[in-house]
Amino acid sequence: MKADPAGVLTGAHYLDGDFACGEGAMAAGCRFVAGYPITPSTEVVERIAHRFPTFGGTFIQMEDELASMAAVVGASWTGTKAMTVTSGPGFSLMMENIGLAAMMETPCVVVDVQRGGPSTGLPTMVGQADVMQARWGSHGDYEVIALCPQSPQEAFDLTIEAFNLAEIYRVPVLVLLDECVGHMTEKVVIPPADEIEIEPRRLTARSPADYQPYALNGRPVPEFARAGDGYRFHTTGLTHDERGYPVMSADCQERCVRRLVEKIRDNADQIVRLEEDGTEGAEVVVVAFGITARVARLAVQQARARGVAAGFVRLVTLWPFAERRIGELAVTARALLVPEINYGQMTLEVERCAAGRAAVRGLFHGGGGVHDPERIADAIVEAAA
Amino acid sequence: MTTTSPGLVREPPMEHPLAPFLRMERIPHVWCPGCGIGTVVQCFATALERAGCDLDKTAVVSGIGCSGRAAGYLKLDGFHTTHGRAIPFATGLKLGRPELLVTVISGDGDLVGIGGNHFIHAARRNLDLLVVLINNFIYGMTGGQNAPTTPLTARTSTMPFGNFEPPFNLPHLAASSGAPYVARWTCLHIRRLTWTIEEAIGRRGFRLIEVIAPCPTLYSRLNKLGTGLDGMRSYHDNAVIRHGAETSEVAIDFDGPIVCGKFVDVEKPTFHQLMDEHYGKVLGERYVPMPPSGGMLDGG
Repeated sequence: MKADPAGVLTGAHYLDGDFACGEGAMAAGCRFVAGYPITPSTEVVERIAHRFPTFGGTFIQMEDELASMAAVVGASWTGTKAMTVTSGPGFSLMMENIGLAAMMETPCVVVDVQRGGPSTGLPTMVGQADVMQARWGSHGDYEVIALCPQSPQEAFDLTIEAFNLAEIYRVPVLVLLDECVGHMTEKVVIPPADEIEIEPRRLTARSPADYQPYALNGRPVPEFARAGDGYRFHTTGLTHDERGYPVMSADCQERCVRRLVEKIRDNADQIVRLEEDGTEGAEVVVVAFGITARVARLAVQQARARGVAAGFVRLVTLWPFAERRIGELAVTARALLVPEINYGQMTLEVERCAAGRAAVRGLFHGGGGVHDPERIADAIVEAAA
Repeated sequence: MTTTSPGLVREPPMEHPLAPFLRMERIPHVWCPGCGIGTVVQCFATALERAGCDLDKTAVVSGIGCSGRAAGYLKLDGFHTTHGRAIPFATGLKLGRPELLVTVISGDGDLVGIGGNHFIHAARRNLDLLVVLINNFIYGMTGGQNAPTTPLTARTSTMPFGNFEPPFNLPHLAASSGAPYVARWTCLHIRRLTWTIEEAIGRRGFRLIEVIAPCPTLYSRLNKLGTGLDGMRSYHDNAVIRHGAETSEVAIDFDGPIVCGKFVDVEKPTFHQLMDEHYGKVLGERYVPMPPSGGMLDGG
């Protein structure tokens, strides 16, 4: 369906990434946001709190991030598209209920504007060290989707995509901004509502008597019924059967967990998005994401000027990981270089996918600033030698 | 001539009178013999019936623990959530679809131990939630650990020499946080409890009904208080009904009286009323509230 014009601020704007992310959510049909203030993410909810009352959205500032995430899961069960926004410390607090959303198969969006960590770290300065927490942060086995914008325009576009993917796969979808992209101001073009494709909440067509909340009926994802429509369904964070009833057995656990994992893994090729430049015939391929990708792009040009056949891959989707493509590049390139603002989180993932077929080198930064492009260019030249 | 022994006549099994409200296929439930939680569920279902609630528009949310299983037995839109987060989850349900009657049934450890922050803030906001808090003075599901409601000197598995931490006085906590409706009964007071839940369904805002319930398996055993029936006898002997009592004076001691009754019943604007009134005033015609049926966009 097309976007509801009420939430779409069509036009060319000069916005920072946080505001653009908020605009993306409203354009995507988000009508419930619960949040707790935390730098450098707060501008997202400030924007929304200002605009929601004029077109039927509800924002509530909750007492903490635990409550924010729980409220988002609750709201989503009414069919209302829901989101919360936070940064590192708050992201940690949300983990248990992100797991609940995964287990109950609740579509929702969580924005994490990353700052330097661990702990309180660098509240006002950049980091990219939440990427593994995004993947593995809640206990147990489950899969999520995580998208990583590199600009305010993409913060708008990918937040819409996050809502769409959440509906299709019934998972929490994470938008991993970083402080630089969140606070960077650039031109953002918001198209007319009828040019924005929105995935609606698709309600089951079955009658309540014929409905089971977790029956697959031949699909990868169960059909949704919302609270208040007479289905009188049950759902739980416990391991459950097709009826949504708790079943404490290894057999039910196996079916339940396998499905949560496979609905994403089996569709990874549909979900994963990459941007590539000059990877064909490249000796060294730089793999980067978020603000680091923008820095690395310059470094790749500098390395090319120094005579190295350097390729560039930007991970637009962080999770599921671009396993297949990175594996292919490990065969064609001699080395893969992974600059990131953390101490090697995605480097590990690239190493895993390269499986020894190419040299993998990480370039780390503790946070509080971005990489110096010269340093990345030097590393490219070194890796090619 | 055929004779039938009266003892062998089998009437067709009668349906449980509350079957339309319960997930009968999940019975028997998990609760121990003598536990009070089933009694509360029965009173709750009876109150829904008497109040004439539209069951299609009634949701029940529970957290974790023995009482947290209540949502799993009621034939409503039911949510068994995470430990301590029943109230914020319910907050999302209510704000996402304002026409719903959103109820919370959970235990003392869940709602005022791990979830205490949400309890006071929901009361402060006066969010439209009906909260039935089953207080058995102990963490039952995990094996009898100390709770923020355990009376002084009572033994628990983590206070084996007796509890020395002062407990919460829950009606006082709720009332001083802003709740406009606060009542307390024990599992012995089934008619009064049912009537109170029925009345509270008709009220608006944050409504707390605390129900004192026996835990014969842990609290009573660790404290040599006998069976569930003995628990009922102690409620019979120790409960004092004092409607309108000052909530500061209804704290529960280990072997003192249990003051019951309706302590607070006042009219107060709810979160939704305050929001609508305020935005109506400052935004005028620009204010577009979420429709009662929720914020889901058409096209699904």
